Formats: sequence, C-alpha cells, structure tokens
Amino acid sequence: MAIIDLANPTRFLTLAERLLPWLIGVTALAFAAGLALTHGAPDDYQQGATVKIMFIHVPSAWLAMFSWALMSIAALGTLVWRHPLADVAAKAAAPIGAAFTFMCLVTGMLWGRPMWGAYWVWDARLTSVLVLFLMYLGVIALWRTVDDPSRSARAAAILTLVGAINLPIIKFSVDWWNTLHQPASVMRLGGPAIHPSILVPLLVMALAFTLLFVTLHLAAMRNEILRRRARTLMLMQAQAAPGSGS
Amino acid sequence: MNLFVDLGAHAAFVVAAYAVAALIVIALTGWVALDYRAQKRRLAKLEADGVTRRSGRTSEKTA
Repeated sequence: MAIIDLANPTRFLTLAERLLPWLIGVTALAFAAGLALTHGAPDDYQQGATVKIMFIHVPSAWLAMFSWALMSIAALGTLVWRHPLADVAAKAAAPIGAAFTFMCLVTGMLWGRPMWGAYWVWDARLTSVLVLFLMYLGVIALWRTVDDPSRSARAAAILTLVGAINLPIIKFSVDWWNTLHQPASVMRLGGPAIHPSILVPLLVMALAFTLLFVTLHLAAMRNEILRRRARTLMLMQAQAAPGSGS
Repeated sequence: MNLFVDLGAHAAFVVAAYAVAALIVIALTGWVALDYRAQKRRLAKLEADGVTRRSGRTSEKTA
C-alpha cells in the first residue's frame, strides 16, 4: 500500500483495524517494562523519591508539545494540501494532547510542592504550558461550535498554526528567562545530563507514552471517520424524508 | 523483589502523581473505546434503516 493510498478514509480504516491490536500489545509491553524500570530506579541525590514523578511528568510534557506540533502539520495539510485526513488527524489529536498537557501540569505541581515549596509559580515554563493547555481547550471548543467539520477545520487549522508560536516559547523559556524550572537535561547540546540509572527508565517510559499516544490517536481518527460517515448518512436520511423539499 | 518501595517523606506526592496519570490514561482509553461503540451503533442503526453510503439514496422503508 502506497502512502498516498492512506488519503482514502476506507483504506485508512482497514489499516487502523489491522494495526491497533498490535499497537495495544506493544504499548502494554512498553508500559510493563517502563514501570518495572521505574520501580527499580534509585532515588535522586537531591530530589529523593520524587524523581519518580519525572518518569511521567517529562514524557507527558514531550507529548503535550508533540501533539500540538502534529496538529500544526495537519493544519498545513488542511489549508495547503487539502488532504482529506488532515483535519481528522488534527481533531482526533486535540483531546489527547489536552489530556497529556493536563497530566504534565498536575504531575509538575505534585513535584513542585515538595521540591520548590509551592504547587504553582508564575514561571515562564509553567505559564507557557498553561497557555498551551488553554489553547487546546480553545481548539476543542472551536471544533464543537461548528457542526460542519469542513467549515470548522479551516478555522481550527488557523488557530492551531497561530498557537504553534507557543512551542518554541515553551522549549526555550528556560533559556530566555530566569526560571525556577530547571533547563533541558535530556535533549541538549553535549548529551543528556542524567545518570543512566534514571535516564533509561525515563526513555522507556517516554517510548511507552509515545506508543500510547499513537494508539489512541489512530483509534480516535478511526472514530472521527465513522462519526463523519454517520453524519453524512443522517443528512441523506433527512433529505430523503417526506417534506424535506429535496 | 520487594514490590513496595520506600518513597520517603514525599510518598503521598509520588503516589498522587501516578494515580492522576493512571486516571487520565484510563479516562482517555475509555473515551476512545466508548466513542467507537457509539459510532458503530449509529452506523448500524442507519444501515438498518436502509440508508446507504454510496448510492446517495435511501430505501423504500425510509423514504
């Protein structure tokens, strides 16, 4: 199957149905390995056992940004290439991205209280991630406001591309401003600044969360295609009904 | 292998973080699974009513 064939929703559905059972299995295995490694990881010399919160906080933060980046690429697909699945991908990713952003914020707060002495500070990194969460809610609200997906897709795509400006702000906020949040310690020039005993569980958990995202996104895209089919059928049914004027 | 790790003085924060993450993952998975069922049910009902996708017409029963 060529990649262009996936532009056809029916072929995409067939592929999704084939891939999903495998993805669910691999995701479960990755989480089992990640949680076992997390369980065996040593305490950090400064953070103590709260370092275990990082194994869920960091992957959820990465996925919060990854999801918006994916939605931005999909937005280009909607506006520039008019790919039939682009807005399906964007709409399906929004609630999942919002959930991971919420997870990032809550786990960060639960780490911040014992380490910083406060659940929340109006620090550039924290504030920009909160803005990302609010933008997710805005895009979801926009999708729900307009009933016709083809009309809401363009508005949501524009809002998504405008919101993409926030991604470099989140990434570089710790470099551009004096923040309480620590600078990058995994993806940085010179390699990770974390000991392998903590880095390995973190990367395995990141892989597990990424697989979970891919699985949920594929399933949510399948649901969205089915929802649009049902909507088309309902419109056809309404047009064919006596007294519809058609 | 000891299943229970000593999480020290901040155990409540670690347990709460994992509980919140688990709840979010369960909620997301549940939402996707329930939505799939709902859409399949909607489509099945429409097809049972005789509405077909490609023809652009409904059967005698619906019309």
